[in-house]
Amino acid sequence: MLYEYTEPILSEQGSKMRDIMADYISVVSHRLPDDVAKKLKELAKIEVDPLQQLVYDTMRENQLLAEKMKRPSCQDTGALQFFVRCGSHFPLLGELNSIFKDAVYRATKEAPLRHNAVQTFDEYNTGLNIGNGIPSVFLDVPDDSDKIEIYVYMAGGGCTLPGAAMVLMPGEGYEGVVRFVMDQMTSYGINACPPLLVGVGVATSVETAAMNSKLALMRTVDSVSPNANAAKMEHLLEDGINNIGLGPQGFGGKKSVMGVNVVNTARHPSTIGVGISTGCWSHRRGKIDFDAELNYELPLNEGVEL
Amino acid sequence: MKTYHLTTPIEDKDIEDIRIGDIVYLDGIMVTCRDVAHRRLVEEKRPLPVDVANKAILHAGPIVKDLGNDKYEMIAVGPTTSMRMEKFEEEFVKQTNVKLVIGKGGMGEGTQRACKNSKALHLVFPAGNAVFAATKVEEIIDAQWKDLGMPETLWVCKVHDFGPLIVSIDTKGDNLFEKNKIEFNKRKEEEIIKINKEVRFIK
Ligand code: SF4
Repeated sequence: MLYEYTEPILSEQGSKMRDIMADYISVVSHRLPDDVAKKLKELAKIEVDPLQQLVYDTMRENQLLAEKMKRPSCQDTGALQFFVRCGSHFPLLGELNSIFKDAVYRATKEAPLRHNAVQTFDEYNTGLNIGNGIPSVFLDVPDDSDKIEIYVYMAGGGCTLPGAAMVLMPGEGYEGVVRFVMDQMTSYGINACPPLLVGVGVATSVETAAMNSKLALMRTVDSVSPNANAAKMEHLLEDGINNIGLGPQGFGGKKSVMGVNVVNTARHPSTIGVGISTGCWSHRRGKIDFDAELNYELPLNEGVEL
Repeated sequence: MKTYHLTTPIEDKDIEDIRIGDIVYLDGIMVTCRDVAHRRLVEEKRPLPVDVANKAILHAGPIVKDLGNDKYEMIAVGPTTSMRMEKFEEEFVKQTNVKLVIGKGGMGEGTQRACKNSKALHLVFPAGNAVFAATKVEEIIDAQWKDLGMPETLWVCKVHDFGPLIVSIDTKGDNLFEKNKIEFNKRKEEEIIKINKEVRFIK
């Protein structure tokens, strides 16, 4: 079977934004964001066993090679996701979906990225790394500014697998949330390539909790929730998961996670929705902010120019 | 933790003394082989178009550049979750006499039996290090079952110093990850009790 794709006809500015996005996607594939790179350096110093050292040395060497050879640092370049906050006066709001899809299409050839879009039920790989709903675009229009903030995320298979959400009864309380997260760590955590970034969402239902947990992965690894109780839970879970002792690649070690981020929204009185998403050590999350003239900033990649 | 250097063809005696937690570096032939290839051999009973006896397979879906004229370049290659192949691996090892099964994370009882009975090892390459691994692939000498698409094709690779490979199941059937898992689960229960004292936010 064949997936039909014709490149869209974009406005002049739309094409410019598409080209910048395609270039940035390549960068995200071969360079970890600053917060993740810094954290990995710290964690490498804490592990003392020769086996763990060997793993961290390999990681360091790999990232140097990827940067030098301009190649994707992990072969699983994920299914692309974009989490977007766009002011209602940003001039290209109406073209965004086409811009993102075409940027992925082009970056896939240029980077090159792996072909990770399999059409469901018909079960064939499109061979283009785009398909129905891939890339996925999650759009929020929070105000009437003319600016846009975009998180680019390459969600690999291994670190997508631990993802889960469920709705608890309030009687199960936040203790139920803890159990849910911790169980997921021992069952699926190892294959998600620890040290992990763990995103926990608390809300009403499965989709709101799951969405929150994914947004939690967009926060930097050392960030702290503005809510005091949620921040306390982040801290407790971080220590708890570290003490399970997964270590890098699950070989055992002092640290299992780079961080735990909780994002919470209000809940229905009768339910507690809980969601979990994990990012692997190779957490390829980028951020690019544009103004109306397409001047851009890359807050997570100091010193990078496209 | 001992370090070994193996070269294909690998004989039983080369790997008999290697134990879980040891490190291996590989020279010779390693074939990428994952979900559908396993299913085709075991369930569809289609013979594998590549002879992997006394050689290595890698559970992986690489990024490969087509240079034309049946020439390919390995751009990025790294292991994928081995557990997905668990359902097929015992039979796969028995039928093919492959000696090294390389992947990510642990495998289960079927593979343990296979490693013990057919003398084979399951090893883990630290995942996510795909450029590092690609630089250890000297040449792609053949590609079979290309109809499966880039990630699932059987890429026959000539490798040099491919590693570090950490032994997760040895020829006695010992299983590193299963041992770790028991310990992880015990610690988890202790941690949950500690945390739950502090999260009674609903009062
Ligand atoms: S979990 Fe992450 S590092 Fe591991 S193989 Fe998948 S994408 Fe790569």
